[in-house]
Amino acid sequence: MATSAKAASGPALIARENLQAVLDALTAKGYQPIGPSVRDGAIVYDEINSADDLPAGWTDEMSGGTYRLKRSGGSALFGYVIGPQSWKKYLHPPVIRLWKSHRTDCTFTISKNAEESPKLAFIGVRACELAAISVLDHVFLHGKFVDPIYRARRENILIIAVNCGQAATTCFCKSMKTGPRCVKGYDLALTELAEDGRHDFLAETGTPRGADILAAIPHKHATETDRESAARAWANADAQVTRTLDTTNIKELLLGNLEHPRWDQTAGRCLTCANCTMVCPTCFCTNIEDVTDLGGKNAERWRKWDSCFTLDFSYIFGGHVRQSAMSRYRQWMTHKLASWIDQFDCSGCVGCGRCITWCPVGIDITEEARAIRETDRSQKENADGNP
Amino acid sequence: MAKKVVKTKPKLAVWKFASCDGCQLSLLDCEDELLAVADAIEIANFLEASRAVVKGPYDLSLVEGSVTTPHDAERIQQVRRESRYLVTIGACATAGGIQALRNFADVKQYTSIVYPTPQYIQTLKKSTPITDHVFVDYELRGCPINKMQLVEVISAFLNGRKPNIAPNSVCMECKRRGTVCVMTAYGTPCLGPVTHAGCGAICPSYDRGCYGCYGPKETPNTTSLSEWWNAKLGVKNEDILRAYRGFNAYSDAFRRQSESYEK
Repeated sequence: MATSAKAASGPALIARENLQAVLDALTAKGYQPIGPSVRDGAIVYDEINSADDLPAGWTDEMSGGTYRLKRSGGSALFGYVIGPQSWKKYLHPPVIRLWKSHRTDCTFTISKNAEESPKLAFIGVRACELAAISVLDHVFLHGKFVDPIYRARRENILIIAVNCGQAATTCFCKSMKTGPRCVKGYDLALTELAEDGRHDFLAETGTPRGADILAAIPHKHATETDRESAARAWANADAQVTRTLDTTNIKELLLGNLEHPRWDQTAGRCLTCANCTMVCPTCFCTNIEDVTDLGGKNAERWRKWDSCFTLDFSYIFGGHVRQSAMSRYRQWMTHKLASWIDQFDCSGCVGCGRCITWCPVGIDITEEARAIRETDRSQKENADGNP
Repeated sequence: MAKKVVKTKPKLAVWKFASCDGCQLSLLDCEDELLAVADAIEIANFLEASRAVVKGPYDLSLVEGSVTTPHDAERIQQVRRESRYLVTIGACATAGGIQALRNFADVKQYTSIVYPTPQYIQTLKKSTPITDHVFVDYELRGCPINKMQLVEVISAFLNGRKPNIAPNSVCMECKRRGTVCVMTAYGTPCLGPVTHAGCGAICPSYDRGCYGCYGPKETPNTTSLSEWWNAKLGVKNEDILRAYRGFNAYSDAFRRQSESYEK
């Protein structure tokens, strides 16, 4: 088996049995592989120590408020679409201590959290998730204030993307121009070729780091047949993305319809449970909690994922600003699709569909946007002089 | 010689009303924290731990249990008078407890079945939370309460700050700990989306739906959740009613929801 193929000369081919070599190469370079695995009836991201940990033969089906893990009948390792968790949990941890302090007789000391940022290799990152990581980069790295926790973690991440060979009914990445094909943001991108008795991976390198990994494992040049096989997988995924969200002037549309009756109708269904924000791969809001011990000598500051769906999120002196479910749902959706653009120069939505699937009552952001577009009241309001 | 300032410790009292004692036992269950608790406060009145009682007034009173008898209705007034801060702990004290199921029925029928001579039983028609009787400074939810939250509340009151007790949904705890949603992934009815966080989302981590032990969360939309259970999960009306008739059956939101499913 040729191992001298130059990555730059076109895609390579890795045999299924050499996937373990990929994991071994990552481990040898000090990375802990993190990838999909089956737990609690879903595909979740967890430590992967052997290729056997990957969800061979599993697939998933999704619709509003419903997710089912199923046997696919095949042997594909990445034959599922997307699970409830995103890579956010590693880059922007759900709960983290920022610092702790200790009071002595006449003074106090503050010790920063000596948090280690582990070297992690993300395996199986989808195109929409690459886009989500890019959005988080905008939020945490490219603004006026850089988040040191995110930066330290992000610098230690190696990304092995896996192109989708199928899509769920909840996917709308094409509308958000984030997928289904991985085009940037990865070190190495794989496409699983599991048809006609074969099982290989087409590998495209995105960075020298990715090329290094490829160089360390047995691989071949991809042939024309291999590339055609990959193209069929991409086309299959592309054809299956049927859900749409029309983003034409979406900012003006939503911000021009802040008093649209649809918000109230949706609030009637909304549980304000915050699931959509927790599963969203770009929702980044946190709450800060100071805790003290009983003696008052030790204090700690913790950061936790928070949500614009809680009352406390909008608490300022005098009370909670967003009392109604309507105002909270509206805040979330208009931020995600509209004001995010002003704030970070990109959309906050990558079209992964998690908020649709994991909303306990199946509220669908694409349906909400469509409903408002179809009964757009902004022009009428402008004509009346009431913007 | 400088005069030594003797700082007196705040006095803590623990009171029991109609309850199973589980919540006040959480204080004894603190183990690792108990020494720190005893170091920071004087446990002045806690019959479950010691029969030595220091007279009031008390800086902090923890009240467990609901009011179910005429005697208790008077006693809680006395407890309030003796307490600088009064914190209720557990579903009985904050919502009436499981014994509030009597509120949906005729308690006389129960006493006639349970007791050989029911005429000796002096009980009220309803089991009510403490806040129906006196001003309550803080309510700590749960059946039973989370002992770490109890330590947090005591610590917050001792240090003059707001307790870090989030009134949001159990879902946020599930998601932070990485538990997969049992309702979405399995179709298991779960009260998590309308239930107050605090337990750490224990049941879903064992593939069970939330039973609502911590009562309603802030702004709960029980109607929407029930409609989903009914339409998508096939839960029958009588089972929806029963789901809300748990330890927090008499809490406002759960009571109204269960009553809307009464025939």
